[in-house]
Amino acid sequence: MAETRTVTLNMGPQHPSTHGVLRVVLELDGERVVSAKPVVGYLHTGIEKTMESMLYYKALPCTDRMDYLSPMSNNLGYCLAVEKLMDIEVPEKVKWARVCLAELTRIKSHLVWLGTHSIDLGAMSMLLYTFRERESIIDVYEACGGQRMMTSYIRIGGLAHELPPDFESKVRRAVTEVSEHLGDYEALLTKNQIFINRTKGVAVISAEDAIAWSLSGPMLRGSGVKHDLRKSNPYSGYENFDFDIALGRNGDAYDRYLLRLEEIRQSIRIIRQTLDGMPEGPYRAHVPGVVLPPKEDILYKMESMIFHFKIITEGFKAPVGSVYQAIEAPKGELGFYITGDGTNKPRRVRVRPPSFVNLAALPCLVEGSLFADVVCAIGTIDIVLGEVDR
Amino acid sequence: MEENVRGFLKERFDEAVIGEDNFRGEQTFQIKPESLIDICQALLEEVELDVRYLSDITVVDWLGHERERDGRFEVVYNLYSLSSRHRFFLSIRLESDRPTLRSLTDLWPSANWLEREAYDLFGIEFTGHPDLTKILTPEDLEGHPLRKDFPLTWEQPTFGWNKDAPPEVIR
Repeated sequence: MAETRTVTLNMGPQHPSTHGVLRVVLELDGERVVSAKPVVGYLHTGIEKTMESMLYYKALPCTDRMDYLSPMSNNLGYCLAVEKLMDIEVPEKVKWARVCLAELTRIKSHLVWLGTHSIDLGAMSMLLYTFRERESIIDVYEACGGQRMMTSYIRIGGLAHELPPDFESKVRRAVTEVSEHLGDYEALLTKNQIFINRTKGVAVISAEDAIAWSLSGPMLRGSGVKHDLRKSNPYSGYENFDFDIALGRNGDAYDRYLLRLEEIRQSIRIIRQTLDGMPEGPYRAHVPGVVLPPKEDILYKMESMIFHFKIITEGFKAPVGSVYQAIEAPKGELGFYITGDGTNKPRRVRVRPPSFVNLAALPCLVEGSLFADVVCAIGTIDIVLGEVDR
Repeated sequence: MEENVRGFLKERFDEAVIGEDNFRGEQTFQIKPESLIDICQALLEEVELDVRYLSDITVVDWLGHERERDGRFEVVYNLYSLSSRHRFFLSIRLESDRPTLRSLTDLWPSANWLEREAYDLFGIEFTGHPDLTKILTPEDLEGHPLRKDFPLTWEQPTFGWNKDAPPEVIR
């Protein structure tokens, strides 16, 4: 009898389907995956250490660069955490604008996921369509913060500037475009036999396993666990909006695809509500010495100018203590654990990255399945290596 | 729910819980390192509390701060109850020389990577961990970069240049 043995195959870190620099060491028995070991760290830039060396304000742009597909969510998580640490209450208008921007970010992130996931599975044209709609959302970003990707628009205590005058029309145009084209995506994929064959029953994880592996976001809800931080621990005024939590049933890649499409629809619902009821008010909280005064005041008021100068040069001193603020980012639970130590720099900024924790479960998703399904499993987790490695 | 967790820990682990802190509404229990496994096991088995979700593990280095007197490293376990939507923290203080803790990988598979990260960046050793290796930093990097005595700008392996002589923490 001939001797049989398993083959070790290295996938990545320069493999297009790994969405960046993920490396997976696979042990194969023919076409079957015996074991899979993700290797990460190729993009480690020490963002946490960098943030700990900066004033609270100046650490903000670092957050954009983690999950670069959803910058506004990262800004929001960090700002909420610092506001909790400093005990700042922001005006209603800021909360609503932040919700609107965070939901736009969710749509944008899911669109990129949809395009790249389909391209992994052989549907080349999807990427072109989803990037077309993504463009209109990026236009909103550009109008708000002047930047298309690394916005840093949401700031501690409020927003960087007043919302642009054409904000409402731009956002409405973007969501209308997305909602009009959602039907096209569904027509291309939902009943597409190739897509169904590649995703149905692939990368399955049960609800118990999903909880044990601490999965979050669509990965957790795809298995039927009804947990969404927007509903369970509302932040930034999410309790004011009417929306449903999308749920999957089988915990496979196909369910997660349907779930993310449904999340886009729910996000559109939320965005329309924020636009209809956007309250009037200042775009920044009035907390002298901690929150930067509005730009207009700096030119005319002595105190504002002094505070501006002081905050920019020496920052503000945070109390000794730790806070944790988690938000429902597009990829799952994004948490910021910030420890103040009485000085003007954070002692610790810990980012609880959803991609990192979700990726750890990759072996659980692919072991025993076919080699070709590894690509589908990596895609369905929706990782961004900038956030995994930080 | 806050009351329930407090009552449960007080009843079962009165000895092990050193204190409680509610800074900004975050419920944090300071516990003794040797009782970590027992407390987590008991929390997992207690159906009523439903603490099945280990959200995060992180470390704070208090080097040079007045809080260092309780122990230099503070390891924080972030636990969440899905049904009662309550989050609370278990905090453990460890001394500077060879900080060691029992691994939670038997209870939660997700602890695997989180503990590897804490080991890589802070040098906390987790006994009983199946694969306690570096996860984020390069193989040839010595030291643990997120410790406060690790210099911010020291580059190793050197891609650019290092101005100063290697710091003391890197032998």
